[in-house]
Order: sequence, then structure tokens, then C-alpha cells
Amino acid sequence: MSRTLITLFSVFAPLSIVTVGGGQGIIAEVQRQVVDVHHWMTHAQFLSDFAIARLAPGPGSLLATLIGYQVGGVPGALVATLALFGPTAFLMYAVVLIWNRHEGARWLNALQAGLRPVAAGLILAAVYVLVKELEGGWIAWLTAAIATVLVMKTRINALVLIAGGAVVFVLVHLAGLL
Amino acid sequence: MSKVTHADDVGEPLSIRGDGAQYGKPSPGKITSFALFLIFARIGLTSFGGGLSGWFMREFVHDRHWMSEDEFLDGLALSQALPGVNVKNLAIWIGYRLHGWRGAFAGFCGIIFPPAVVIVLLGVFFSAIASFSLTHVALAGAAAGAIGLSLSMAITAARRLPRRVFPYFVLVATFAAAALFRVSLVWTVLIAGALSISYEYIRLPRES
Repeated sequence: MSRTLITLFSVFAPLSIVTVGGGQGIIAEVQRQVVDVHHWMTHAQFLSDFAIARLAPGPGSLLATLIGYQVGGVPGALVATLALFGPTAFLMYAVVLIWNRHEGARWLNALQAGLRPVAAGLILAAVYVLVKELEGGWIAWLTAAIATVLVMKTRINALVLIAGGAVVFVLVHLAGLL
Repeated sequence: MSKVTHADDVGEPLSIRGDGAQYGKPSPGKITSFALFLIFARIGLTSFGGGLSGWFMREFVHDRHWMSEDEFLDGLALSQALPGVNVKNLAIWIGYRLHGWRGAFAGFCGIIFPPAVVIVLLGVFFSAIASFSLTHVALAGAAAGAIGLSLSMAITAARRLPRRVFPYFVLVATFAAAALFRVSLVWTVLIAGALSISYEYIRLPRES
């Protein structure tokens, strides 16, 4: 058991470091490790886990938690989660401390101003990928467009927004259009 | 909805330092680490369809006014550029800015552990939910709605860029590399980041 936990840690901790953005970039590698290298589950099981992670609320990379649970029970879930989220949490914390200490320094201002367009580009790219993957064709596009306008122009509650999206889709589905 | 701390944070004279860092920040003691944990947990547990950073902006900047857009966007940029899942990085940033290391810890725990429990439960009971086809339709709808949060955050981030050619060039190049050409994100961040930061570093003293 403890061997499995160590292996779980050694799979997810290195991936933690190369994750940038939402974590979709490491999925292929997770699959390779979990299915091909360690034979912890079949390809079909992995795909089912992936679907659950997308369906669940919260960060999509909690896929690691689910895999950890299936491989090593509750301890496995804990180890996989901490391995994927822990190391870079300390890194982020250290950078935040440095950031606060040097507020106003020239290099920090450059960092601040320099990273912003990169981040904006990355977020736009993430949105682009999400929009491309949307199910439901023009209804999904229309829903997404209306949702964007609502967020920008009103003080609509986020939960109301996504619940509204869900209700619209269910109604359209029941009307036989989806 | 835990909006208790929000309503009465007006009225007080706020020490504005000119850089906007103190924008509407509630006085110390109004934010507890437990309250932060609960906010992050609620977002973690209700954010179907993704776009968590957009939820954060909605909650902390536009609803509660605990942070300025600039302060948030700084954290967003840092969270995107540093390794690690960006949502978790951003939770640490927000938590730290609002309540020091306790806030950072509360943010990390709140955004990770409650949804982690849920995903394990979902994994156990998946067959029961999956057989219900409306679940799938509803979640697709939630994802379409959640685009609104992500896209509005992207638009805000783009609109707040300085009106100069180079930052917009970096934005377009980053977008093209990541979305269209599928360049590895690590390389995209390293190259675009290095170029953009060097450019800003060289031009900064000229401004002041």
C-alpha cells in the first residue's frame, strides 16, 4: 500500500511543476502514466474518470484526486491531491511574499506589466478551447454570448447564470431541439 | 449566500494610497480565514462548467469590492505564469492579499478539499447519475453559461492593457500560440513572458 502511495506521489508531483494554466495540458501524460505505465486502470475507466472530473464542480485537475482514490482509497486521494497541488502552492506563496515585499520596484513593475498581456492571451485561448468544445451548437453559442453580456452589463449572480444556462438547455432538450 | 461582511463596508474612511491597493478593502478583522474558506468552498462546490477564475473576479472584485480590478489582474497574471493549477494559485493570491498567510491557507484549502470530496463521491455514485441523460444536457448548459464568466474576465484583462502596440501584439501572439498552433504552454509562457517583461523593463524608467 505505501509503495502505491509513493508511486502515486512520484507520478503527480513532477506533473505539478509543468502544469501551466488550467491543467488540461497534463491530461495526456496522466493518462499515459496511469493506463500504460502503471496499469492502474483501463483506458475506458480513465475516460470515465475524465468525464466525471469535467462534470464535477471545482478545478478540473481534481481528476488526480479521483484517480488517487481509485488506486489507493482515501490515503491515495490525499496523496495524489497534495502531490499535484502542494509543491506549486509553496512556490506561489513564496512569490506572493516576494511580490508584496518589493511592491513598486522597477523589475516588479516590469514583471507586472509584462505578464498581463501574456495572461490575457492565455485566458482568451482557454475560452476559445472551451467554446470550441461546447456541446449544443448554435444554442450553446447563443447562451454563451448572452451569458457574457449579462456578466458584463448586470450584477447577475454567477450561480444564477450557470443555473440559467442549465435550465435553458433542459427546456430546449425537452422541446426536442437539442 | 454569505454576504454579511459585504453590506456595511462602505461608510468607513479608507486609506487610499493612490495606487488603488487599498481599494474598498474592508478593515482588518472583518475578514476571517474561516469566512474566506467558506467563500472559496462555496465557489468550489457550485462552479459547474469551469471558469473558476471568472467566479473569483465576480465574487471578490465586483460583488464584494474587496479588491480592485488591477490587484486581481496582477494575481491572475501571476497565477497564469507560475507553474501549478492556476485556480489554486489565484486562491492563494486572493487569500494572502485579504488575510495574510491564514487567508492563503484558507483559500488553498477551500478551493481544493471540498470539491475533492465531491468528486470522490461522484466517482462512487457515477453510474446512478450518468444513466440520467438530462444531467448531461444540464451540465452542457451550465458550461455554456460559465463561458460568460471566463469571457468577461478575458475581455476585462484585455481592456485594462496599456494602449500600446506591443502588449496587444503579445496578447495576440500568446493567443495564437496557445489556441491555434497548440504550442506547449510552458514554452508559450517562457518565451512570451520573457519578451514582454524585458520590453516593459527597458521602457519603464523612460516613463517616470
